[in-house]
Amino acid sequence: MLDGLYQEIILDHYKNPHGRGLRDPFDGEAHHVNPTCGDEITVRVSADLSEVSYDGLGCSISQASASVLHELVQGKDVASAAEIHHAFVELMQSRGQIEPDEEVLGDGIAFAGVAKFPARVKCALLPWMAFKDAAARAGVDVGVSPEVKA
Amino acid sequence: MSFDVEQVRKDFPIFEREVNGHPLVYLDSANTSQKPVQVLDVMRAHQERYNGNVSRSVHTLGTESTEAYEGARARIAAFIGAASPDEVVFTKNSTEAINLAAYSLGQMLRLGPGDEVVISEMEHHSNLVPWQLLCERTGATLRWFGITDSGFLDESPIDELINERTKIVSLVHMSNVLGTVNDVSRISARAREVGALVMLDCSQSVPHLPIDVRTLGADLIAFTGHKMLGPTGIGVLWGRFDLLAEMPPFLAGGSMIETVTMGGTTFAAPPARFEAGTPPITEAIGLGAAVDYLTGLGMDAVHRHEQEITRYALDALTSVPGVRIFGPATIEGRGGTVSFGVDGVHPHDVGQVLDALGVEVRVGHHCARPVCSRFSVPAMTRASFYLYTTPAEIDALARGLDQVRKVFG
Repeated sequence: MLDGLYQEIILDHYKNPHGRGLRDPFDGEAHHVNPTCGDEITVRVSADLSEVSYDGLGCSISQASASVLHELVQGKDVASAAEIHHAFVELMQSRGQIEPDEEVLGDGIAFAGVAKFPARVKCALLPWMAFKDAAARAGVDVGVSPEVKA
Repeated sequence: MSFDVEQVRKDFPIFEREVNGHPLVYLDSANTSQKPVQVLDVMRAHQERYNGNVSRSVHTLGTESTEAYEGARARIAAFIGAASPDEVVFTKNSTEAINLAAYSLGQMLRLGPGDEVVISEMEHHSNLVPWQLLCERTGATLRWFGITDSGFLDESPIDELINERTKIVSLVHMSNVLGTVNDVSRISARAREVGALVMLDCSQSVPHLPIDVRTLGADLIAFTGHKMLGPTGIGVLWGRFDLLAEMPPFLAGGSMIETVTMGGTTFAAPPARFEAGTPPITEAIGLGAAVDYLTGLGMDAVHRHEQEITRYALDALTSVPGVRIFGPATIEGRGGTVSFGVDGVHPHDVGQVLDALGVEVRVGHHCARPVCSRFSVPAMTRASFYLYTTPAEIDALARGLDQVRKVFG
């Protein structure tokens, strides 16, 4: 049962995060916390998304998710980033009913199992919500806020 | 009669169930306790046979309900050594009891700029935020005791911290995170010296220790039913009667009045003054049954059992590599709530792996974020014990932690 949650890909990203660390310059920044568990994430983006940097504290799911976010959206155009963001959010809200598209989500498909653990969906979405807010502050719209139920 | 944990467990139907294919190992009683059939039966019987509203009906059901409700109050009063049942105010939970006290004392004392309220860094948010808000509303200053590295209150600044400006001192009796049982005798003596009132948040102590309010050194205490085998939705504010009699009401409405005219209202004596509206009747009766159950076993025996389990757990946890215990490392001055960290693994992940093995622990900041900050961690894993906890369950926790280290090693 846990194998579905803690995929090797997730544990790899957790242990060896990609692109971790806040970088300058940036156009928008957002700091999000999960008030029930204290997980924190800060995401910075440049207006052209050529730079998406982050730093945070938290569980394997939230931190691996930030690493995957960075890998997937940095350097993408806004339309692609919005598509990826939408696909990831949709996957997390699917309760495990969606077959994720690896073409769009890359390593993000490893989070399909997380969607079956309602208490952990918030963890996976934390960096993505911070990214959306940071992008908005940089004048970039990558999608609407989902209602997170957990 | 010796305490027989296996016999006790038979009273708790929930232990028959499995979680994720494993026998339930419930180590989250500081969060909420499980309920014995004796409590569940009384509540069900009340709803099925005796249900009527209290304190206002002349009919038989209303009378029987009122007797059961007031009977529960009397037994709860006796359980904590209260001078009279009128010292026991039913609330929704500890949080409401503390909010009641903060609001009412603020009015009564006409708290304002220059006055001080003293709490500690060890508080649950429920004994922190109400005082923060009270100070914001009134202009009074909030001050606090810190925590030592070993998890005790740092009493060294006591004489400066509690001074002639101090009006209220409100402290946690037993920490819901560190497990520390605070010896408040010096602090309450100092508070008395300067004429300050003392409140104790006994949410974690009343369920686990023999408590006698006559010797506790407090003017007010709060505790909650669901952590002591009772249902949710019922808590208690205990206060010295002469103090309660001076305190103005908090929530207003039916049942708390003496006379109402369109021009004004006079209020009932305590405890009714603080119980506006139809109270949680069945829940209060359930808490009365919980108190009967605990009294039947004897709180000394309950406490002894938990001390043994805690000693066993401290040994077991210390022998798991990479585990760091927050709070008192030995049994002295602590109860059966043990928070810890597993090196390199976030508590969320610890809790998830343990849950897959049927071991239910709490992870997070435990509604006491300043305690986590004090020990420089965002969150902790907490195992908490009760009268039904067995050494075999501690072994399951230790095995679970080995599994955690395998997954994240």
